[in-house]
Amino acid sequence: MSNRSLSSVMKLSILSVALAFTSNVYADPVKAAFVYIGPTGDHGWTYAHHKGVNHLKEMMGDDVIVTEVENVAENSDSERVITSLARKNDIIFTTSFGYMNPTVKVAARYPDVKFEHATGYMRPTPNISTYSARFYEGRHVLGKVAGRVTETNVIGWIASFPIPEVIRDINSAFLAAKSVNPDVEMKIVWVYTWYDPGKEADAANALIAQGADVLFQHTDSTAAMTIAEEKGVYAFGQASDMRDWGPNAQATGIMNDWGPYYVDRVQAVLDGTWTSTDVFNGVDSGMVKFAPMNKNLPKDVRNEASRAIIDLAMGKIHPFTGPINKQDGSPWLAEGETAPMGDLLGMQFYVEGIDSLFPN
Amino acid sequence: MIKLIPRVENSKVMILLSPIIALTLTVLSTFVIFVFILEDVKVSNVFFTLFAEPLTDSYYFSELLAKAAPLMIIGVGLSIGFRAGIWNIGAEGQYVIGGIAGSAVGLYFYDVEALWLLPLMAIAGILGGMFYAGIAAFLRIKYQVNEILVTLMLTYVAVLFLSAMLHGPMRNPSGFNFPESRIFHDSALLPIIWEGTRLNISLIIAFFLSLIAWFGIKKHMFGMQIKISGSAPRAAKFAGFDDNKTVWLSLLISGGLAGLAGLFEVAGPAGQLTPGLPQFYGFTAIIVAFLARLHPVGILFSSLLIALSYVGGENVQIDYNLPSSIIQIFQGMLLFYFLACDILIKYKVILNKN
Amino acid sequence: MNESLFINIIIGITIASAPLIFAAIGELLVERSGVLNLGVEGMMIVGALMGFVVQFHTGNSYLAILAAMFGGMAIASIFAFLTQFLLTNQVATGLALTLFGLGFSAFVGRGYTEETIQLITSFHFPLLSDIPFLGPLLFSLNPLVYLAFFTVYLVWWFLFKTKQGLILRAIGDNHDAAHAIGHNVVRYRVIAILFGGAMAGIGGACLSLVQVPIWGEDMTAGRGWIALGLVVFASWLPFRVILGALLFGGITILQLHAQGFNIRISAQYLSMLPYLATIIILVALRIRLKNKTNRTVPNCLGRIFHSTT
Repeated sequence: MSNRSLSSVMKLSILSVALAFTSNVYADPVKAAFVYIGPTGDHGWTYAHHKGVNHLKEMMGDDVIVTEVENVAENSDSERVITSLARKNDIIFTTSFGYMNPTVKVAARYPDVKFEHATGYMRPTPNISTYSARFYEGRHVLGKVAGRVTETNVIGWIASFPIPEVIRDINSAFLAAKSVNPDVEMKIVWVYTWYDPGKEADAANALIAQGADVLFQHTDSTAAMTIAEEKGVYAFGQASDMRDWGPNAQATGIMNDWGPYYVDRVQAVLDGTWTSTDVFNGVDSGMVKFAPMNKNLPKDVRNEASRAIIDLAMGKIHPFTGPINKQDGSPWLAEGETAPMGDLLGMQFYVEGIDSLFPN
Repeated sequence: MIKLIPRVENSKVMILLSPIIALTLTVLSTFVIFVFILEDVKVSNVFFTLFAEPLTDSYYFSELLAKAAPLMIIGVGLSIGFRAGIWNIGAEGQYVIGGIAGSAVGLYFYDVEALWLLPLMAIAGILGGMFYAGIAAFLRIKYQVNEILVTLMLTYVAVLFLSAMLHGPMRNPSGFNFPESRIFHDSALLPIIWEGTRLNISLIIAFFLSLIAWFGIKKHMFGMQIKISGSAPRAAKFAGFDDNKTVWLSLLISGGLAGLAGLFEVAGPAGQLTPGLPQFYGFTAIIVAFLARLHPVGILFSSLLIALSYVGGENVQIDYNLPSSIIQIFQGMLLFYFLACDILIKYKVILNKN
Repeated sequence: MNESLFINIIIGITIASAPLIFAAIGELLVERSGVLNLGVEGMMIVGALMGFVVQFHTGNSYLAILAAMFGGMAIASIFAFLTQFLLTNQVATGLALTLFGLGFSAFVGRGYTEETIQLITSFHFPLLSDIPFLGPLLFSLNPLVYLAFFTVYLVWWFLFKTKQGLILRAIGDNHDAAHAIGHNVVRYRVIAILFGGAMAGIGGACLSLVQVPIWGEDMTAGRGWIALGLVVFASWLPFRVILGALLFGGITILQLHAQGFNIRISAQYLSMLPYLATIIILVALRIRLKNKTNRTVPNCLGRIFHSTT
């Protein structure tokens, strides 16, 4: 080999090594997987995650390869699905509470894979993160709107399971509604499912028949919205914009925006900076967004809602600010006191003013 | 013109051949469906994932075996009753009640480390399932109420009861009100027989149960009694066989085994009592039993086949984004073809050209 | 409880019971002919899908209902072929039908979960509907509810007022004797099975076209199995099917309303009532009939008919 070609080879070698050090720690794209409890076509909870994934794909292009698995039942089979994914992916997002124990078990067996469990609370190994959103902030805004637009003063709530997240949201909305309308009352129906269009529709009908003219739901389908549209009452979209199912009915709604969070986490894996975290973001981070306000809502109602959103985003108000008593009358928060996180995470009581019996 | 001529006696060749023909037809139909719906994926790849991967990959093979175990246990129990014409369609409900009963014992002795706990839980599971099926037996004997309806209705009741228990007395007190029980402690969990997998002793027990059932039916008078009762009820009465006893035994055995399978699920892969306990094993086991022609040993094979379709089908869903309903279509078709091909055993098919 | 709430509840109950009435009356005819078809759930869900798809693409409700009937009939024909011509076991074949129907509909329907359609809405008769109280109750029900009631009457009339109905019942009680007289057992049964399929199909369509204007896999949620129970609950008598369906539909709706009224009853235990009631009524009927020779159970229910030709 001549001197010249050797020097070329050396230059090339140095260049390659330099490039290798300056590029990402993961030269290959990150393989991310998402486990869904329902179909992406639910246009509710799972659809919102799917939209977040689309955002992820858009932002990260070739740096990420995504696998989505729908309709994974919350039983012992889910462990196998999660394991299958763990064998081929770098990071797995399990998007329902019921996947908690399977996620924990698989995470223990695959320490090099990252796990992100939505709405959970267990992080026994360093490769698990949990994430959720402060939906109760969204409900606060919706509650104010509800309190203003109701004419019968009856608000209907289609509730799924009496877990803290659901109780929190009920309380938050009620407090907000009552703050603008002291006469308001809430009727709550428990359907014990996250997704059952027929049952959700039945519940909506029952609530409307009993006088509710504004509906909230904590279930995953668009059924209640379609009933609200048919019956001519207001309803709030849940997790996604449900306008198409209720062009007149949807007053506004909460939209879960998981996209930026997913980009954050996958990018962290790419950069090698991922660590276990517990994220509980709200309006301020943009994780809780709102569907466009219905044009039929009075201007002052819309303005009040917008102001509430801004105040929440800037941290100026907290949906649970005292004085608030529990349903049985016992004091909970003193004047000006805001709820400690622990109380919120384990909330198992209604606030004073809600007449419904607390479910067992 | 297709004519069916009854054979003088059942074709022995066809007894072995007809399941193979049925399986072949099912695989071919699946192939055709895939060719139509798959756009840029090779059908052979999908086929490999569906049929071969669960056999060649050790993790999936362990899962296949683990999933076959409850089908075997319930299937063996059902086959006994079906032979006698006692249609226990509610094995799913008995499975759930058995799971609840076994869990109750396990949770009651929470933190007690003892070897006798698991057997006690198993007994509770069996008794729970037996009691639940016994209701149908009682009603059939005392009031001639059809057991198909009773066991079916009771299945719904059982699932609702599970929900009531999980939202009430059996809920984990430190679980933030989520409808799940505590996670079982070590003494209440089934021992794993294949290190690193979820395969537990239920498979071994299933195997022995099928052998015992086979023996019982072949050798014991009761087996003959069931054979006759199923095929000719009047003859059975004539020979002095006690119809009531058959009803009791059929339902108690199938109920007890279903209950045991329920306990094995909560003390095995699940490790706790959750609303996800009912997984239609009770209904799938009916198919397993029929595919095996109600033969206890045949059930070992048919449950493996059905378990294969579950595990393989799930992987096809994950790898190729195909809907999970493919699995149900496959299983439905398999049963259709199997039942249809059965006719080849009893009848000769002749094509008449006039 | 005020008047409009009462009316609302009744209307809700009729809508909830319509799918059950259709599916059960179809299965009743099938069982009267001596055949037990456990595949009702599968036929219903296929009907629900077919109805939804055709409604979505054509906007024509009549076509949609026809499509639902056709879908139910189409997969019922598999059952008819297997059980009547290949002499397969009815229990197993029915279960396979349910499985296949659920899988097939979920598969074909997967492109439709994001769509919505126009519901079939209730009638409004110009003068009659405005009669206070009775108007909305009797004259403003959903057309499919009226059709369900009419179908029940039709089946009753057929079974008990026509010669063919008599023959069908005779076949159900003693297929060998009927065959010996010269009736074509297989033909009657096949027609009955296809009718059952068509009815189950419309029953399914009641869900996707009347109750909720969306499609979701497994949206029948076990109603097919309930319909099977209803047939026995009704002792194979057509008009009792309506009673049973209203009872079932009623309990579901009432349980939700009870929650709204703050009545402290566990939702789960309340939901058990229809199923337990079915069993209890079965027993009660048996006790009553113990000394009578009048039995309505078709004798040959589920037994395979072997023709000797």
